[in-house]
Amino acid sequence: MNPFAYSAPTDTDAALVAIQTDFNDSMPNRFLAGGTNLVDLMKADVMHPARLVDVNGLPLDAISETADGGLQLGALARNADTAYHPWVRTRYPLLTAAILAGASPQIRNMASNGGNLLQRTRCHYFYDVGVPCNKRDPGSGCSAIGGVTRQHAILGASSHCIATHPSDLCVALAALGARVHVQSARGEREIEFADFHRLPGDTPQHDTTLAADELITQITLPAEAAAFAAHSVYLKLRDRASYAFALVSVAAALQLDDAGRITQARIALGGVAHKPWRKPDAEALLHGALPHDALFARVADALLEGAQGQGQNDFKITLAHRAIIRVLQSAVVGTLTNRDEGDASAEESLQ
Amino acid sequence: MLTENHATATPPSPVTMAAPLYPIELTVNGTRHQFEIETWVTLLDLLRERMLLTGSKKGCDHGQCGACTVLSNGRRINACLALAVSQNGHEITTIEGLADGNQLHPLQQAFIDHDALQCGYCTPGQICSAVGLMREGEAHTTAGVRELMSGNVCRCGAYPQIVQAVSQVMGIAPAAQPEAPVRPTVVGTVLS
Repeated sequence: MNPFAYSAPTDTDAALVAIQTDFNDSMPNRFLAGGTNLVDLMKADVMHPARLVDVNGLPLDAISETADGGLQLGALARNADTAYHPWVRTRYPLLTAAILAGASPQIRNMASNGGNLLQRTRCHYFYDVGVPCNKRDPGSGCSAIGGVTRQHAILGASSHCIATHPSDLCVALAALGARVHVQSARGEREIEFADFHRLPGDTPQHDTTLAADELITQITLPAEAAAFAAHSVYLKLRDRASYAFALVSVAAALQLDDAGRITQARIALGGVAHKPWRKPDAEALLHGALPHDALFARVADALLEGAQGQGQNDFKITLAHRAIIRVLQSAVVGTLTNRDEGDASAEESLQ
Repeated sequence: MLTENHATATPPSPVTMAAPLYPIELTVNGTRHQFEIETWVTLLDLLRERMLLTGSKKGCDHGQCGACTVLSNGRRINACLALAVSQNGHEITTIEGLADGNQLHPLQQAFIDHDALQCGYCTPGQICSAVGLMREGEAHTTAGVRELMSGNVCRCGAYPQIVQAVSQVMGIAPAAQPEAPVRPTVVGTVLS
């Protein structure tokens, strides 16, 4: 690891000043929260900040209700505490399910919610400083194109970058319509979740629309998204059963009326693009409809419209299509939290 | 409580450029310690190389294997991904701190009783992880134990025995139906 300066302020204003101290564009200062991704990237020499501003002492770890009945997740609340929080698992079980599908218990104990949004791609070429990568070294080229592409994007990629966003948590936040609250010395703003992450285009070095001096302070979940609690499923398909990144993941949240018609639907895909993938047009196909497999297949077609493989990951298109149908079938029946509820038979009947 | 000052016992830094040192205080296995360390020192390196507590292992150093698992303020974490400066003021428990004198921790004894190791390299991390698992209270079945121990890799493949050992200490009954073997039990047997 390269030498770096360090400070650990205990109030947010001090942290927002500290991040600007001797700011150097070639070695930009970074906030340190759980460190599970940043410290690893510093060891690999992929990231080399001149200064770390440790925000773990800031009072941003609460999970509380918002004035309109939604939920506010502190940026520094840990992934595990968020997943197991009674309000999260009863009102937004999709979020519990997605968090528990990701990483390991140790990492979920360390990793913060804000940091999860800012984690970098697991593209092997991004991690390998011996090869060109436009995300790591803009303008140097993309080594993944034409390389080993099993993990790479099938949607929204560009000729500059085919990396995927690795988060599970973010897929659920996208489906639930979360908002990201950020703060800098210049002021505060809110970002719709769909606008937080970006597609690579010709500037893949930017994963998000966050400025370098902006700090995520909280993530809010709208009250109306709690209406999906009875029909929420997160399915993650990967090369082993636990502790691996998604090849494809699907978050689905439905609302059904008494006649069994779908009144609202949200679907987001993970592991397929540079950001969680949502298409409101595809979701709208379900509104007012009785659930059936042919309809689910049309929804999958619409979500995957324009999907393009890189050769080795062509299978992801078929895999995603089938996963979307399966998740919708499950979500019509009920909700899976991916917790160990002590009753295996209930979960098996859904999967 | 004993206090040991390690500031003067710190070996000289191998880098030629002087790096600023940051004072931190940690309580490790019940004893308070003070250090002056460079920013880039991980908790794992501090434990192993400055305190010579080599029970916690450096397997992958990237948070992928769990061999470095320790408890920080009672929660299991990967010590390889934690900067020591960021742990300032925390209480750390390592495998060396689990036994009560000559009385092994129940998980240590269970690992012996169930033969839950072969080479033993992952074992300190497995046991610290299992202590954290028990405190979290989220595992209620053997399937839950398996899933919630998945952050600890065992290359020898002692997983069935590890799950048995942890489940026994947690009072979780073995699955009613043993899982059917998915492979022929005789090596080299080809099923037609």
